Amino acid sequence: MCLGIPGKVVKIFDENGLKMGHVDYGGTMNKACLEYVPEIKVGQYTVVHAGFGISIIDEEEAQKTYEVWEEFVDAAAREGVDIYGNPLKKDESE
Amino acid sequence: MKYLDEFRDPKLAKKIVAAIRNTVTRPWVIMEICGGQTHSIIKNGIDQVLPKEIELVHGPGCPVCVTPLEIIDKAIEIASRPEVIFTSFGDMLRVPGSRKDLFMVKSEGGDVRTVYSPLEAVKIARENPDREVVFFAVGFETTAPGNALAIHQAAQEGLTNFSELVSHVLVPPAMEALLSAPDNRVQGYLAAGHVCTVMGWEEYEPIAKKYKVPIVPTGFEPVDILEGILLVVKQLEEGRYEVENQYLRSVKREGNRPAQKLIKEIFEVTNRKWRGIGEIPSSGLKIRDKYADYDAEHKFDVGDIQTNEAEICISGIILQGLKKPKECPAFGKECSPSHPLGATMVSSEGACAAYFKYQRLQ
Ligand code: SF4
Repeated sequence: MCLGIPGKVVKIFDENGLKMGHVDYGGTMNKACLEYVPEIKVGQYTVVHAGFGISIIDEEEAQKTYEVWEEFVDAAAREGVDIYGNPLKKDESE
Repeated sequence: MKYLDEFRDPKLAKKIVAAIRNTVTRPWVIMEICGGQTHSIIKNGIDQVLPKEIELVHGPGCPVCVTPLEIIDKAIEIASRPEVIFTSFGDMLRVPGSRKDLFMVKSEGGDVRTVYSPLEAVKIARENPDREVVFFAVGFETTAPGNALAIHQAAQEGLTNFSELVSHVLVPPAMEALLSAPDNRVQGYLAAGHVCTVMGWEEYEPIAKKYKVPIVPTGFEPVDILEGILLVVKQLEEGRYEVENQYLRSVKREGNRPAQKLIKEIFEVTNRKWRGIGEIPSSGLKIRDKYADYDAEHKFDVGDIQTNEAEICISGIILQGLKKPKECPAFGKECSPSHPLGATMVSSEGACAAYFKYQRLQ
């Protein structure tokens, strides 16, 4: 019940006075209520929880979380060490 | 899939594990609150790749598991009435009440239907004006916005045949109750990312300060969980006790304001009993008097029902992080997902079910 999944809003429409949308979860399409993400636009991603969009995914932050790590890791790996400066074991340098 | 795959990257996960190893110097006990995180941890074997100094204990964050037996019995009582169409999320149907579950009511001829959203229940009410449609509104702060909107919508449309059986619970009071218990072992929390998406994280700041525990709102993918653990461990090692947000792409400090506004309009805070833990003050939501017509407990007068838990079940102790499922004598024997004795075995988000599914016997 508590699982929320990110999906892309592909269509926005009105149903009984509520803002609703079709959301694409990597190929599976489903309807979700978008009343709680009033500013969302087609093409943006939302976390859908029990049929309701509860947040608009912050693309910049999502990229950042990932990139900061990637950068750390890659920069360090180029030196043959991990992010704390310890020499990389073989399986960690691949 | 975007926003999922990159947070499941095993190479990145490995690097974070290495970073945790390099940070930890002493043993620490960290609790993940949310059952969704428990599931992800066991499924991905996260607890097994962590350095031995770090023990993860599984919190009470599965609404299916903590819904009190009385409420399940009330649901069964209401669902058995001929005039009622009883609607619920699928995972509540198999939760054992004291004598039967909702599935049995259905097999005995009760009109019990699984819905994917409470708005579907409103739709059923709209289409069946001569029947009483009841939605089983359980859950944490995450399902409250939807359940509030369903009542609001029914009121707007003037539907008089829709009501909710409400058993809403709130996470921060439970976190505090666990921390103030004399046998508490928890030293740091991964807070539930989607609860915080709705409510924000301001209310955790006084808890972190008062009990000296780092609290890190965390997402659900392996990379999220590992990063959350790293942030908690760093704080613990450095003697810092702050709220630090890992789940930046979804959680904002102030949370989702429109959702909070409607929750407040429809519900008010109340004391709530948690299955296996007992009553926690101000730890739940109930429907405000103004909307009493939409309160199934009020409408159907289900009164007080006596209840008994299976004696052997230790799910209450598991939900407090004091024991692991394998320490229960019934685990995998008398109790399994096809024959659950306790609620933590019923829901896929329950700790016992996760351990069973992924064959975590020791
Ligand atoms: S294994 Fe079954 S009986 Fe034991 S604690 Fe878990 S739910 Fe209860």
